[in-house]
Amino acid sequence: MTDRPEKPYEDIPGTFVFDADRSREGYHLNQFCISLRLQKNRDAFNADEEIYLDKYPMSAEQRAAVLTRDWNRLLELGGNIYYTSKLAANDGINFQNLAGLMTGMGVEAYRDMMLHGGRPIEGNRTKSEWEKD
Amino acid sequence: MARITAGVGCSHVPAIGVAMDTGITDQPYWKPVFDGFKKSREWMKEQNPDVIFLVYNDHCTAFDASCIPTFALGCAAEFQPADEGWGPRPVPVVRNHQKLASHIAQSLVLDEFDMTIMNEMEVDHGLTVPLSVMYGEVPQDGEWPALVIPLAVNVVQYPAPTGNRCYNLGKAIRRAIDAYDEDLNVMIFGTGGMSHQLQYKRAGLINPEWDNRFLDMMANDPVAASQIQHIEYLRETGSEGIEMVMWLVMRGALDEQVTEVHRHYHVPASNTAVGHIILENHA
Repeated sequence: MTDRPEKPYEDIPGTFVFDADRSREGYHLNQFCISLRLQKNRDAFNADEEIYLDKYPMSAEQRAAVLTRDWNRLLELGGNIYYTSKLAANDGINFQNLAGLMTGMGVEAYRDMMLHGGRPIEGNRTKSEWEKD
Repeated sequence: MARITAGVGCSHVPAIGVAMDTGITDQPYWKPVFDGFKKSREWMKEQNPDVIFLVYNDHCTAFDASCIPTFALGCAAEFQPADEGWGPRPVPVVRNHQKLASHIAQSLVLDEFDMTIMNEMEVDHGLTVPLSVMYGEVPQDGEWPALVIPLAVNVVQYPAPTGNRCYNLGKAIRRAIDAYDEDLNVMIFGTGGMSHQLQYKRAGLINPEWDNRFLDMMANDPVAASQIQHIEYLRETGSEGIEMVMWLVMRGALDEQVTEVHRHYHVPASNTAVGHIILENHA
């Protein structure tokens, strides 16, 4: 998406704000993810992912991102973290380890950053600050 | 008459619940988080509220993407802890003061706050973790010491209600409770936050200066806090930091002048800055 004046939050780097447009795009993907909240559905999905996914009319790209566990791509295609975290939980990945994967830092380096106070706000407010690097 | 005696602001990080449920709260990583709630647990015993009005958000657990109410008031007799994908928390069922809840629902709608009324709802860590940190471990076959009225606020799909709307809703909740003809000690909890971002490449953002200013405003200048815009929460406190609008519902239900009894701030719990404040109304 390009910057739009009615969406000032599009200027925040490394962030997807889950607005109505993203919600619409990600609807079937997110509905699939939340279905994994229940054990019987986790069992069915883990028995045969492809057959289970046939119940959800998501796009081919969304489906591929689910099957390859491309966590950032899922967000780019309209997924929301509280939904995609259900798929991660099914795989035994908690929120912190998922963040380690999405940031590209790896689990250990991410955990270490958090122990040292987290990612600072300085240099992380606007996309232009990231483009300088 | 029912009266609101105090407000509690408190993060609701799921990993805090996991730490309590697996008995690792004394580990070096977790000890500083829980040490900050020691005083709070003593205070809860002394105050012994009859009812907690608990403002929280559902994390795509009870509500899927098919229906997204901005404000959903729990009016069921009880609420089961939900399976969020890693099994339900081993904590007691949450029981409501159903008559007070329905009174509040009616009062709010007539006061022009159009609530969604939930007569069946499971509750996730957003509701149970604040109860756990404030009461300590309660066995699954036990009882929470207070009845709980849940108010679920949408902060997942943008836009969440504005801080100003939340603050004014708090005032309307106060009017409803003040008008209820039963002698009840009611507390209000505002939960979530503080700065945190769980998603994508900026995950891990923490802004302690901003968080501490917010805690100061909770104590001393709630009107200023109510005017903070969504873009500021998103940019300065992370995409999930916007949960802090829920603290404003709590603050709106208190007197303008309050006494700060306790404050706690610690980084990190998982991806999140843990913030906590206790504010008492003047008797």
